[in-house]
Amino acid sequence: MSTPATHLDGNVLAGPLSEVFAVDVTAAERHCAHCGDHGAFARLRVYTDGPGLVVRCPGCEVLVLRLVRTPRGLVLDLGGTGCITLPVDD
Amino acid sequence: MNLITRGFHGRRGGDPTRIPPGQYETHDFPVLTVGPTPRVDTDTWTFTITTETGARHTWTWEQLLALPQESPHTDIHCVTRWSKLDTDWTGVSLDTLLEDVETTAEYALAHSHGGYTTDLPLQDLTDGQAWIAHTFDGHPLDPEHGGPARLLVPHLYFWKSAKWISGLTLLDEDEPGFWEQAGYHDYGDPWREQRYRGD
Repeated sequence: MSTPATHLDGNVLAGPLSEVFAVDVTAAERHCAHCGDHGAFARLRVYTDGPGLVVRCPGCEVLVLRLVRTPRGLVLDLGGTGCITLPVDD
Repeated sequence: MNLITRGFHGRRGGDPTRIPPGQYETHDFPVLTVGPTPRVDTDTWTFTITTETGARHTWTWEQLLALPQESPHTDIHCVTRWSKLDTDWTGVSLDTLLEDVETTAEYALAHSHGGYTTDLPLQDLTDGQAWIAHTFDGHPLDPEHGGPARLLVPHLYFWKSAKWISGLTLLDEDEPGFWEQAGYHDYGDPWREQRYRGD
């Protein structure tokens, strides 16, 4: 049993992830490999008050990604992202 | 809104004998979390030390409270720059818990309810340097601060003091934990400002 801590929605990822991706990832659709949750990145839960950004699935709270800025560069862990569909121009 | 800090390096003011470089004193107790706060019932709470050979030593909540209790008075230092001075805790020394544990391991990986992990040299958990703490400032430890029990290793940055502690795995080789995998320092000495890997 757990209670939600303060978190923001996935729209706040637009700025930080624009340093990494050429497309707006918040517009992507994500399918969770852990619980099957399907929906927009904007639905993700973003915990911002720790030493880095921690992003979790709204369905099962599995870790989706971590992003830490260190003096040596951005550390991005996409290990729990699942399958994402990115919008592209025709 | 800048969500990704430019890093936690740098110097700020404060008593240099109490406040490590780059830290500032706070009188609050900030809550830093990487997910929902686990609600762990003491009726089912256990703490398990698993050695490098797989031997398991487990204590229930009642067994933990029946062990000799210590009351460390100490300063704590978070890698996000705040330091809190003169904190009071009650808990069981890791020396007590490791007394009957046969091991030649050099490292420990702390595990928490909720999936958090952090790694430490085993020698930093002994000789009166670390506790399983269940009381803060005379009151049961709030879940937001890691209750019912958290690891307390105050000589290292506070991310090493894992909230909601459930166990330690003793290891021959170091295994990076949650923040260490993501670029933070494996050791985390605040007096040497070991915030990030390579510091």
